[in-house]
Amino acid sequence: MVNTKIMLNGIEIDNPVIPASGTFAFGYEFAPMYDLDILGSMSLKGTTAQARFGNPTPRIAETPSGMLNSVGLQNPGVDAVIREELPKLEKVFHKKAVANISGFSVEEYVECAEKFDACDAIGWLEINISCPNVHGGGMSFGTDPCEAAKVTAAVKKAVKKPVWIKLTPNVTDIAQVAKACEEEGADAVSMINTILGMRIDPKTRKPILANTMGGLSGPAVFPVALRMVWQVFEKISIPIVGMGGVASARDVIEMMLAGATAVQVGAANLVDPWACEKIIRDLPRVMEELKIENLSDIIGGAH
Amino acid sequence: MKNETYVISSNEKLARDIWRMQLVGDTSEFGNPGQFVNIALAGNYLRRPISVCDYDANSFTIIYKVVGEGTEKMSRMERGMRIDALTGLGNGFDTELCPKECTVVGGGVGVPPMYALTRKLVKEGHTVRVILGFNSAEDVFYEDQFRDLGCEVTVTTVDGSYGEKGFVTDAMEEGTYALACGPKPMLQAVFAKSSDGQFSMEERMGCGFGACMGCTCQTNDGPRRVCKDGPVFEKGAVAW
Repeated sequence: MVNTKIMLNGIEIDNPVIPASGTFAFGYEFAPMYDLDILGSMSLKGTTAQARFGNPTPRIAETPSGMLNSVGLQNPGVDAVIREELPKLEKVFHKKAVANISGFSVEEYVECAEKFDACDAIGWLEINISCPNVHGGGMSFGTDPCEAAKVTAAVKKAVKKPVWIKLTPNVTDIAQVAKACEEEGADAVSMINTILGMRIDPKTRKPILANTMGGLSGPAVFPVALRMVWQVFEKISIPIVGMGGVASARDVIEMMLAGATAVQVGAANLVDPWACEKIIRDLPRVMEELKIENLSDIIGGAH
Repeated sequence: MKNETYVISSNEKLARDIWRMQLVGDTSEFGNPGQFVNIALAGNYLRRPISVCDYDANSFTIIYKVVGEGTEKMSRMERGMRIDALTGLGNGFDTELCPKECTVVGGGVGVPPMYALTRKLVKEGHTVRVILGFNSAEDVFYEDQFRDLGCEVTVTTVDGSYGEKGFVTDAMEEGTYALACGPKPMLQAVFAKSSDGQFSMEERMGCGFGACMGCTCQTNDGPRRVCKDGPVFEKGAVAW
C-alpha cells in the first residue's frame, strides 16, 4: 500500500494534487463531476478587494500544446467571495482550501489576506504577485525582489495562516525572488504563474487577445516550470508548490522529483474537467510501478 | 455535463464552407435547444464549442463552418471515426417564456441551433415565423428543413442573389418576440426591432463549462459566463 500523504506547512493533505487558481472557479462548479474531497486541496479563483470584470474579450487563444488567457482577475471581490462563494464550497468540499489573493497595492493584499485569514474554510493564503494580465499591480510585485519582499513581510505580519507567494516566470532569476520571499517569512512559494505570450490572427493582422498579450499555460510550459522548480529548490528551504502544464500522475512525480512538495494542476482542468480525479486515481498505480512507497520521500529526489 | 465518445455516421458539405456532421452515441445530457457540445480534436489543445442543430435518443447533428484549422480538420473526418465531446453545455432557449406567436431569426452559422428550437416551438403549439439570413445564394442551407417543420420561412441574402435582398431585420415585423442566433450586428438589429426575446451570444471560450471565466460578457445582471450562464440571454439582461 503506497502512501500519498504530504505535510504542507504543518497541515497533512491526502495527496499533493491541488487544482490551480483560475482553472477551478470557486470549486463547487466541479462538484457534479466528482467527489471534491478526494483532492489534496484546491486553490480558489484569484480574489481582489473590489469586484473586477477583468479584461475585454476575446481573452482566450489557443497555442500549440497550450493556451493563452488574459482574463485579468475577474472576481466578485473579497467580501462577496466570503459571503457567497465560500458557503457554497463548504457544502461540497470538507477540507481546507487555498485562498488566492491579488492586489494593486500592499494594503490591498493585506486587506484581503486578513479577511481570508478569519475563514475556517481556508487553510493557506496564496499571494499572487505574478498575474501577467493586470497593470500597475500583480506581476509588478513579482518581478522585483524588493517589492516581493515588501508584500510578503506585510502579509505575514497581518495573518496567522501559512502564506504562499505565487511567483512569475517572467523574470531573469526566479530563485532571487523566491529567496527574498523566504527571507521575509513566506511559508512556501507556488510556481509558476503563466508565461507572457501572444498570438496574431493572420487574417485580421491583429492580436487575437483584446488585451494583446496573455499568459501561456498547458503542457507547453511544463519543462520551463520544472526547470524553475529545480532552480528554486537549490536556493530555498521552504516548500515549493509546483505547477505549470501538469497533466498526469507522472508529471506530478516529475515535479516532486524537481523539488515540489505539492503540485497544482491548471489548464488540464479546462480541457478535461475530470483531470484531477484521473491523476489522483492514477497516482498509487504509477507509484507502485516506480517503486515509490512514500510520495513525500521523493521531494527534490532528482537533485 | 457528460464526457462521451461518439461515432460519426455522416459528414457532408451543405453550402460554401458549411458542413453537417451526424454523430451516434449517448445524448442523455442534451436538454434545451441552443445548448452546445465541446469537441476534442487530436492535435489541438482546446476543445471546439459547436451548437447542437438537432438530436434524438441516440444521435445528434451539428452544422459547422470551416473557419480555421480545427474546423478544417473536422471537415476531413469520415464516417466511422470517433469524436470525444463534453455534452449538455449551456442553458439553451427556454420555450416556456415564449408567447403563442414568435419569430425565430438565424444568421449564417447561427442558423443551426434554431432548427431544434423551431421544431420544439412548433410541437408545443406556437406559431413560428422563421427568418434565415445569409450573405449570398451559395451560403444558404436548411431552408427546406425549416419549411418541412410547417413554418413560414423567409430567406434573406445581403447581395440579393437568393430570397429577399437585405438583412434579416428587413423581413422582420416590428415589436415581435424574437429568438435569435447569429453575428453580433445582426443580434443588435434584431434586439432593436423586437418587443422581447432571447438572444444567443457567442464568445471565444476556454473550457466551455464555467471554470475559466474566459468568455464572460457584461449583462444587466452583472458579468455572466456565456458558456455556463448563457449562451442564451433574455432581452432584459442583454447589455451591448
